[in-house]
Amino acid sequence: MNASQWVWLTVALPLAGFLVNGALALRRTPARAAVSIVGPGVLIAAFGVALAVFFELLGQPPHEPHIVTLWSWMPAGALELNLAFQVDQLSAVMLLVVTGVGSLIHLFSVGYMREDPGYARYFAYLNLFVAFMLVLVLGSSLPVLFIGWEGVGLCSYLLIGFWFTEKTNADAGLKAFIMNRIGDFGVLVAMFMLWRALGTLDFAQIAARAPDGLDAGGTIVTLITLFLFLGCTGKSAQIPLYTWLPDAMAGPTPVSALIHAATMVTAGVYLVARTNVLFAMAPLSSAVVAGVGAVTALFAATIALKQYDIKKVLAYSTVSQLGYMFVAVGSAAFAGGIFHLVTHAFFKALLFLGAGSVIHAMHHAYHATHSHEDAQDMRNMGGLRRHLPVTFWLMTIATLAIAGIPPFSGFFSKDEILASAFARGAEMPIYYLYYAFGVVAAFLTAFYMARLIAMTFLGENRTGTEAERHLHEAPWIMTGPLLVLGVLSAVGGVINLPTFAGGHHALETWLEPVTAAGAAFASLELPHGTTELLLVGGAIMVGAVGLLLGFRLTLGRRIPSAREAPADTGLARVLNRKYYVDEIYDAAIVRPLVWLSRMVLWKGVDQGVVDGAAVNGTARLSRGLGWVGSRLQTGQVGVYVVLFLVGALWILRAVIR
Amino acid sequence: MTDGMAPLLGPALGLSAILFSLGVAGVLLRRNVIVLFVCIELMLNAVNLTFVALAQLHGASGQVMVFFVMTVAAAEAAVGLAIILSIFRHKQSVDLQNINLLRG
Repeated sequence: MNASQWVWLTVALPLAGFLVNGALALRRTPARAAVSIVGPGVLIAAFGVALAVFFELLGQPPHEPHIVTLWSWMPAGALELNLAFQVDQLSAVMLLVVTGVGSLIHLFSVGYMREDPGYARYFAYLNLFVAFMLVLVLGSSLPVLFIGWEGVGLCSYLLIGFWFTEKTNADAGLKAFIMNRIGDFGVLVAMFMLWRALGTLDFAQIAARAPDGLDAGGTIVTLITLFLFLGCTGKSAQIPLYTWLPDAMAGPTPVSALIHAATMVTAGVYLVARTNVLFAMAPLSSAVVAGVGAVTALFAATIALKQYDIKKVLAYSTVSQLGYMFVAVGSAAFAGGIFHLVTHAFFKALLFLGAGSVIHAMHHAYHATHSHEDAQDMRNMGGLRRHLPVTFWLMTIATLAIAGIPPFSGFFSKDEILASAFARGAEMPIYYLYYAFGVVAAFLTAFYMARLIAMTFLGENRTGTEAERHLHEAPWIMTGPLLVLGVLSAVGGVINLPTFAGGHHALETWLEPVTAAGAAFASLELPHGTTELLLVGGAIMVGAVGLLLGFRLTLGRRIPSAREAPADTGLARVLNRKYYVDEIYDAAIVRPLVWLSRMVLWKGVDQGVVDGAAVNGTARLSRGLGWVGSRLQTGQVGVYVVLFLVGALWILRAVIR
Repeated sequence: MTDGMAPLLGPALGLSAILFSLGVAGVLLRRNVIVLFVCIELMLNAVNLTFVALAQLHGASGQVMVFFVMTVAAAEAAVGLAIILSIFRHKQSVDLQNINLLRG
């Protein structure tokens, strides 16, 4: 049997789950048991299909991707668009990550969302999201990818605003949607330009035709890639469109883990890796990609230093790690970017689910004691290690992974990214700066993660003695997925072990057929020997020092609880308020836009021109004409008779002539 | 065309024209609805006279037409008088100057 032919099942199953759960959500009585089976069930089934596809590819790796054409979508002249899925090494990796991590998070959600009245609706959205995400990673052409791209944006919006009765949550959803729309505009423009330049939108055709059809380093390919990257900054939360991601934490925590950490936000990295030939042909764009990535990595990491909401720290950490991935793909280390994408999916999903477990416990404790403290504020936590030992140890593993401590997964992927940026510096010196940014960001990452662990799990308890008694570990349905993710975070690095650690870059070799087109233009020679070991040693040291300092500085002084804490001052305040970027955007873009819409477009154009001149003007004109005409109607029969006679004579004259 | 074939055709058409013009003048000048009504009848009958006179030359169809006109005139008289009656009940007047419900 040919498993690749059945790859559409991975999309169809979650879609069916969406329909079933959506129908159940409409019923008046909740059907929790059915939802609990269907919701995660379809995902696990899809994961099974993904495994079958993967093992088939592993058995006989094809050089040409399998194209599974479902139906002809838009046959219009020269444009021959099929709704087709592409099964190759890259989509197989993404398929496994999305369905695998997705399954675990679905299982976790069964426990986390158990008491929510919107249980069925939640799983309906989550299933729909996975279906769209798989369309995104499987699409064989840019338009099919774009269906998924828009679809995941929609689901993201629906899930951020899941608790829409609170206005801030609904606003956060809107913000995410609008920010993403700005990026989508870039993807659309890039598609139009690609069509004009190459006459195709299929990934395979793009890779085949681009080397001859476009000038390497020319204006057109640079513009196309920059517009594509604009889409990536929206979807993957990079400067300048990153501000929606921290706000997206308004959604349920498993959603943050699945959509806003592990899968959807990495779509931009996937897109760059997928169109690697274009980016490799445009060194200027690649430098922009890596530059934006490096600046974002550093910028977001500094903000994460002074956040108190446990999810906000992780959100900025996600933005920062996504920046790393863009440094990788911008340095033509496409496999390195995907490697970090995979390991990040493991440890960031684990961190978020761990945070979910913590919030779950805090929420229950406060609920039991009728307290109205903030269950997500780390200043209210502390000492949770005694009550949530499993969560604590697993989150520690994830922290070591993200901080880049060997042999955990994040070490290998982050190290490869830094090495790639360093290697690229030989050609373009600016990459040395990106490398430096990456190292500083790595230090800050270790620091804020240590701070998170210390504030949450170590030190004295700040929940209050009453609430402390109600703290307890989450049920097995929640800790189970955490355990699996813990194992993956710990050993995930083996998929792409470097030579110095006894491996042979398995993932890189595996992805070679996909990245070959790009490698023809921008090959990357990673440092070897002493340089490599020095870089690795430096990276480990930076991580270790960051962790140690983070623990020392956080545990060294008493942390006041959120209620008693004085307001931050100076630099800490600037960091806590996220450099006031939201305020700046509000003043520079949102307010002028609202003013323009209200005063010019609404009051001026709509009320003045459209309503005033066009609609009411027409009415007034016809009423005026009608008034003039009505003056003829005297009501006097005599007048009518005279007119009638005149008319009759006039016609008679015309007839006789 | 000679008087031999159609005796009195000229005087008949002349009388008809005079009667019709009288009718038109009456409709235009008079204000009493009843008189107006009579004038309309006058016009109809002037036309009838034309039909009958010309029937000498063109066969019986003109005379047949006269019967139709008479029938319509009878129906018109019935309907018209009924309208005038109801107007009078409503307005206490049959003067056209007072009847201007259609004024714009």
